[in-house]
Amino acid sequence: MSDVSGDVLVKVEDAYKHFPIKQGIIFKHEVARVHAVDGVNLEVRRGETLGIVGESGCGKSTLARCITGLHPLTKGRILFEGKEIGSSPDKAFRRDVQMIFQDPYGSLNPRRRVGAIIGDPFDIHGIADGAERKRRVQELMELVGLNPEHYNRFPAEFSGGQRQRIGVARALALKPKLIVCDEPVSALDVSIQAQVINLLKDLQDELGLTYIFIAHDLSVVEYVSDRVAVMYLGKITENAESEELYAKPRHPYTNALLSAASVADPDEAAKRERIILTGDVPSPIKPPSACRFHPRCPKAQPICSTEEPELIVREGDDADHLTACHFPVQLGEHLARARAGIAQESTEPTLGVSE
Amino acid sequence: MFRFIIRRLLFGILVLWLVTTSVFCLLHISPTPVEKMIAGPRASAATVALIRHNLGLDRPFLVQYWSFLKDTFTGDLGYSYVTQAKVSSIIADRLPATLWLVGGAAVLWFVGGVTTGVLSATRARSLLDRSSTGFVLLGLSIPPFLMALLLPFLFIHEIGITWFQTGQYVSPFDDPNLFLQRMILPWLGLAFMLVATYTRLTRGSMMDVLGEDYIRTARAKGLSERRVIYRHGLRAALTPIVTQFGVDIGALIGSTIVTEKVFGLQGIGQLVYNSIVKGDTPVILGVTLLTALFVVVANLIVDIGYSFLDPRVRVD
Amino acid sequence: MSLTELAADAIPADEEPSGRKIQGRSPFRLAMARLMHDKMAVASVVVLVLIILFAIGAPLFASWTGHPYGAQYPDLARDSWGLPKGPSKDFWLGADPLGRDVLVRAAYGARISLFVGIAASILATVIGVTVGVLAGYIGGAVDAILARFMDVVLSFPYLLVAIVIATTFRPHSTWLSLLLTITVIAIFSFAAMARIVRGQVISLKEKEFIEAARSLGAGRVRIMFVDILPNLVAPVTVLASLLVPTSIVFEATLSFLGVGIQPPMPSWGSMLNDADYRSSLWLLFVPGGLLLLTTLAFNLLGDGIRDAFDPRSERLITRK
Repeated sequence: MSDVSGDVLVKVEDAYKHFPIKQGIIFKHEVARVHAVDGVNLEVRRGETLGIVGESGCGKSTLARCITGLHPLTKGRILFEGKEIGSSPDKAFRRDVQMIFQDPYGSLNPRRRVGAIIGDPFDIHGIADGAERKRRVQELMELVGLNPEHYNRFPAEFSGGQRQRIGVARALALKPKLIVCDEPVSALDVSIQAQVINLLKDLQDELGLTYIFIAHDLSVVEYVSDRVAVMYLGKITENAESEELYAKPRHPYTNALLSAASVADPDEAAKRERIILTGDVPSPIKPPSACRFHPRCPKAQPICSTEEPELIVREGDDADHLTACHFPVQLGEHLARARAGIAQESTEPTLGVSE
Repeated sequence: MFRFIIRRLLFGILVLWLVTTSVFCLLHISPTPVEKMIAGPRASAATVALIRHNLGLDRPFLVQYWSFLKDTFTGDLGYSYVTQAKVSSIIADRLPATLWLVGGAAVLWFVGGVTTGVLSATRARSLLDRSSTGFVLLGLSIPPFLMALLLPFLFIHEIGITWFQTGQYVSPFDDPNLFLQRMILPWLGLAFMLVATYTRLTRGSMMDVLGEDYIRTARAKGLSERRVIYRHGLRAALTPIVTQFGVDIGALIGSTIVTEKVFGLQGIGQLVYNSIVKGDTPVILGVTLLTALFVVVANLIVDIGYSFLDPRVRVD
Repeated sequence: MSLTELAADAIPADEEPSGRKIQGRSPFRLAMARLMHDKMAVASVVVLVLIILFAIGAPLFASWTGHPYGAQYPDLARDSWGLPKGPSKDFWLGADPLGRDVLVRAAYGARISLFVGIAASILATVIGVTVGVLAGYIGGAVDAILARFMDVVLSFPYLLVAIVIATTFRPHSTWLSLLLTITVIAIFSFAAMARIVRGQVISLKEKEFIEAARSLGAGRVRIMFVDILPNLVAPVTVLASLLVPTSIVFEATLSFLGVGIQPPMPSWGSMLNDADYRSSLWLLFVPGGLLLLTTLAFNLLGDGIRDAFDPRSERLITRK
């Protein structure tokens, strides 16, 4: 990856985040670990939106929390504007990087007034208080489409979509450079989703924001993202420009995800072939060897379980289309009929800890 | 599972050790030394010093503590400072009264509480439900010692049932009639508050269970209401109540002091109260250990039983 | 089209609550408003206010009856056998075995019983919330130690140990006996509070709004005070209000056993201690009745408060 331009805002280098599982009669000791993020490399350029997709439990939310400095990394490093985020990021970083959360109910303190919630950033960073703070908060409320007169209300008095707007206003307060959106619309009604997404897009144009947009809904990601990274069990499996990825997916997992996405047009839907993945997502406590996807992959060969494929540009792809697969899918290949070259092991997740 | 039992067992031993040690320390730092309480206010300094020496109280604290731990561990609870009798035999003498008191009250409160609770849950908002909830409020508000004072007054003096008596404990094997005459009122007194607690507990648990989907399924299947409530509902609702029951019985052995004092029953509650007043350290420590043991064992049984019924509690 | 117009455009009409009342009411104020509509709760507040007035007005009763606090009338108030006389024109609620006016003693006793009950509950609440928040919020080894500590305290045979503590340190000053009683009650009451608060804090800590505060750069202390504590107001208020009657009963029990409040200071419990109630019913019914009335009222009020904070919760008493 080139590090020439100053337009790289965030750089994730070989990042690992493991959560220990502890057990013991008196003294707890580590018996296993959850490999939530397991060797991720990623770049986000200034002004763009990077979408991260994957099934639930693939580590995308953990990655988001690592990038915002909520979880310190187990190994590796994350650079923001060329500076490494330590285990306790400084105030400047806290100002420049904000987060919008998934749950519009859980992410707002139910015992505090909306004005206080949106005004928190000003308070914590000592930027404005009193009447000045109120004025700024009301400006923000107006900016995200809330009635500024509702300054003194409690979160419970708002609908889900309005609450998410409150979350957006709070994230915008300090004029951040990067906003990490962790499934910002997945908890909302479909009709409200479009409003919030459009609000985010408009704000990006107006304020020049950079987004990391996490979702499991592929169509949402396609709509908002300039580039998309696909995650599976803590690793990035494919990373490409949005249009390129949707038009020419190379990784079998990406193909499977896209084939499962819903299509509005029934004729179109009837023509598509579905790739049925066998088994469940394996346990991140004991992830499969080498290529994480091999137990479920229709194209798996013996090498897939012994040698890990690198995330690199594959033959015939653009310079920024990276795929981690020994046998990338060719355009026009029918994966649904493919048969794996190795015996498929059961992927029933088991708790790796036994008494 | 094995780990779980070991952990609970170790915790129980920790509790026993902490309870006895803290009582030991408390008695040791008392501003009125034991030897003075035994010798009486008018004893000469020489007498006090002699008693002090004879009881081994002039040894350093840690030496005394160590010998206490060693003796206790080998099952030797020592001798009473006041009567010179073996502590273990004093306690053995007094224990039956307390066990009968708690046992009888336990039957009363469990049966009474669960019955009232089930009846008011199945007839929610009926007259019975409302009067039982009024009774619950009364039971939870009235101090147990006040109840113990009121009962003899009410039954013997006001209603005039002179069959009831208050007086010393008599073994049911010696005189079953007198045993009942003297135990029924203490049982009522001890059980009253707990009947209220259990009524509330059963009612709440039963209401929760009756709202579950499988109860609706059972009704939809066409089972009789009786069968739905008793076969399906009560069985599930009873689990938390039985748990609480074990814990309460264990804890109650140490709280019969008030009931025994008011009714003049010679159980371990009276024993420990009198020993505290007289400064009879070995007896106090012996009873403390015994009551803590009851609490720990009851908790252990409940924990282990519960973990068989509900595997979730095993995971920490 | 400017951004604000665009955004405002995006709000459909039905998402906009009609601007009838802009000032949102805090959950606490809403709860208080609900409480005021609970007849039983209001009635118990009235009873409690009367009892508090009775306690505050103790000197008034002393002057009305002409029997000052602590004064003994061995001849006037006792019959020829030396037994105390019952209620009469001079002694409205009778006299006790030492010939003191029961009404005056009950009024002064109300001060002690209420003071001990409320002070012990406040102390237990402060300790319980502090320990619970520290254990839940800091976690790790601190939590492990504090949680075990709470478990140990909860498995103590508390009445027995309370009597040992109260006897061991039995002070010669009655005022110190007051402090000692409050401390003993608090020691054995805080653990239940701490355990519940700890559970609440642990579940609050996992909420996204705490992560939101952290991502904004809020420090631990700020999160504890600004984000966690306001969410504890409801459960702590309910628990604390139910702790008061328990503490009053605890004090009465200790004093009844003679190890709580020391004479000549009266408390309802100690008044019951020296009552030969078989011949002198008023000695049982005056302090006993006041005690019962007070705990009843506090329990009803606590029940109402719980209901007001969480209308869905199972209440102690079901009412229509």
